[in-house]
Amino acid sequence: MTERAGGDDTAYDVAIVGAGPAGLAAAATTAGAGLTTLLLDENPAPGGQVWRAVTTTPVQERSILGDDYWAGAAVVAEAKASGAEIVQGATVWSLDATRELALSCGGASRFIKARRVILATGALERPFPIPGWTLPGVMTAGALQTLLKASALVPEGRLVLAGTGPLLWLLAAQLLRAGAPIEALLDTTPAANYLRALPHVAAFALSPYCAKGLALRREVARQVRVVRGVTQLCAEGQGELTRIAYVAGAGVKRRINADVLALHQGVVPNVNLAMAAGIQHRWHSIQLCWVPVLDAAGNSPIAGIAVAGDGAGIGGALAAEARGRLAGLAAVEAIAPERAARLAGRQLFAAALARAERGRALLDQLFAPPRWSRLPEGDTIVCRCEEVTAAQIVEAVGMGAIGPNQAKAFLRCGMGPCQGRLCGLTVTELISRARGVAPAEVGYYRLRPPVKPITLAELAAMAHTQRAVAAVVRQ
Amino acid sequence: MRRTADVIVIGGGIHGCSTALHLAMRGLKPMVIEKDYAGAHASGVNAGGVRQLARHLAEVPLSVASMELWERIRDLVDDDCGFESHGQVLVAESEAELDQFRARVRDLRLRGYTHEELIDRSELKRLVPAVSNDCPGGVVSRRDGAADPFRTTQAFRRRAVALGATVLEGVRVIGLERQAGIWRVSSSVGTFEAPVVVNAAGAWADRIAASLGEPVPLEVMALMLMITGRVPLFIAPVVILRGRKLSFKQLANGTVLIGGGHQGRADRDTNTTEIDWRKLAVSALTVWEVFPAMHGANIVRAWAGIEARPPDDIPVIGPSRTAEGVYHQFGFCGHGFQLGPGVGALMGELIATGKSNLPIEPFSIARFARA
Repeated sequence: MTERAGGDDTAYDVAIVGAGPAGLAAAATTAGAGLTTLLLDENPAPGGQVWRAVTTTPVQERSILGDDYWAGAAVVAEAKASGAEIVQGATVWSLDATRELALSCGGASRFIKARRVILATGALERPFPIPGWTLPGVMTAGALQTLLKASALVPEGRLVLAGTGPLLWLLAAQLLRAGAPIEALLDTTPAANYLRALPHVAAFALSPYCAKGLALRREVARQVRVVRGVTQLCAEGQGELTRIAYVAGAGVKRRINADVLALHQGVVPNVNLAMAAGIQHRWHSIQLCWVPVLDAAGNSPIAGIAVAGDGAGIGGALAAEARGRLAGLAAVEAIAPERAARLAGRQLFAAALARAERGRALLDQLFAPPRWSRLPEGDTIVCRCEEVTAAQIVEAVGMGAIGPNQAKAFLRCGMGPCQGRLCGLTVTELISRARGVAPAEVGYYRLRPPVKPITLAELAAMAHTQRAVAAVVRQ
Repeated sequence: MRRTADVIVIGGGIHGCSTALHLAMRGLKPMVIEKDYAGAHASGVNAGGVRQLARHLAEVPLSVASMELWERIRDLVDDDCGFESHGQVLVAESEAELDQFRARVRDLRLRGYTHEELIDRSELKRLVPAVSNDCPGGVVSRRDGAADPFRTTQAFRRRAVALGATVLEGVRVIGLERQAGIWRVSSSVGTFEAPVVVNAAGAWADRIAASLGEPVPLEVMALMLMITGRVPLFIAPVVILRGRKLSFKQLANGTVLIGGGHQGRADRDTNTTEIDWRKLAVSALTVWEVFPAMHGANIVRAWAGIEARPPDDIPVIGPSRTAEGVYHQFGFCGHGFQLGPGVGALMGELIATGKSNLPIEPFSIARFARA
């Protein structure tokens, strides 16, 4: 490692936020080239969502989580061996254009500075706002997967999965291998998506996802009742989930008794920190989400701040790792160009990225979530934190809310602790439909730090420290 | 699109929208030209304080007049604007401070104003049980309170439109010139004409004044606010401190709004503000020390709007000294929200009748020409 100027333990060459595939790969690259590298991650162990707890999981039967999961162990080991300072349990709650980060760790907050910042904050599950989605017993597929990976827990009772996307099938397979029976998988993939995906079949056939994806679907379909073409979905129960109503095919409403419903309709970039830092985002009309405006190496227009991995646009774990290495390489080239020459070349990672992205077009088309499950109606809750309904959002448009920021001012939607993560896309699309203009024109919540809530106590303690420092300096 | 109006109001904040409403109530056809959207900046994102308490002496008559409108705000704009009147309390943190407050209240009485009332330790404890026992008393203005700022600004906009005003949003004024007694206001969507123009452009108003040959040295500000997660209801009035910067208000849903005048960084060309966490940490420490009930609270969000302050900290209100038919209404930084209804009514009166009974001489733009 290089010496830090003046022994300053708050300044780094590179600070990386998020220890998933992109963040780990970026840290391994920059620390491996001798740059002082700080990798901050809010989870108890590295891996992000896809490789969650890969070094600590109690799930020891390797076939349950699959080879793609265990592949993460090598990248974690590489990052750990690189000399990067890896801090788990650290939440970055602010980043500004001068590349000062505020982070909370162990109940205390502090500021650090870096010459380069790489945001690798990954993805979030897209909101799935159906009637009853706030009932206890309804959860996201990702939450179930977290319990499985981190704690080897599978749900008790009658379990139903619903939605669309490759991760739903992967979770189904992992749960089945772990011994959890699944009552039904309600597939909401619209029939029309198969036609739209058709032109991309040839490219997909050559991608790493094709054989794996088909095998997963066969494995699940052998053991679980799969209901295709679901066009309505509703979680029902008094105080907790007891059954699920759905319509498929011919249009007859059917019901299944269930204790747990896992919902999933794809993932979208986790943009909160990047947006709060001032990075401009654009609407991705195929992936139906906001993505940061970046150059080929992942650099944002804000000097020294890059975004890598799914936070830069959904591409999956392999693409995220390649983008992490490219962003790391760009940081080395900027800070210590003489060392960049000794690293593996850009072409290698760019080729890996191209391979990883080969099947993406098909996945994007095939698993595009339908309008009915993105655009709720009437009394269906949109903002869970403040309990704001779809009808209220539409009414606010009538009162002059031209975008999410005005809706927020009228209704407080997006002002709760989740900072819009669970409602932002829904609100943008609802206003877009109500006004008859494109989501790009409607925009998104103006996001502000703290990106995650912090305690008044730790903020006050920062002032206490400042006061103490000032007192010493004045003496 | 209409190209002419009786009055063109530049700026769709609470002041511009209120002036437009009062002009429309007088049968005139005003047109508001707003570069972003109504309430996008200071008017929509301020702390919502409806405060007569601790006003600059020159502002007291305006503030008292405005309070009368706040108390019948639903009649005025067909929306209650979230206005709730639980009083505002200025807390003294020392006996010396309480002595200053006593002198101020006595001075106001001599001038005929009774809205500020000195309170002792026990009345302070009754009104604000959560306040630290070290505070010896304070001043209360019992009719004061707080409203929802964005909702209020939008309500004024909607009511003005219902009465015949035009509001153009997303339209930027480029310049103005007078021809044959008519002001031609050029904008990003062409030219509009009216015999009268109101400069209610907030943090951008100095540019219009300067273009008319009467510069005002505005300081651009970004007053920061932060809000907590929900905590049990423990405080009804708005509480402000004088010595240490703090304003403190618990909303009906239990969240607590913490402000008080700490500055972030503003860039009025890009419409952006940045939060200065080192200063907000000082606010957090003040809250920690004054309100033990807040020790378990979380900070959920912080923000700042763009405002601008004249050097003497009171607004510019009244006719231009260089451009006939132009009126100014800006420079309310940090204390303009409560004044919005009243000053809009005053502007309506001034433009329609040429005079007002309220004393506006202290706010004349001429004071900067003399300097």
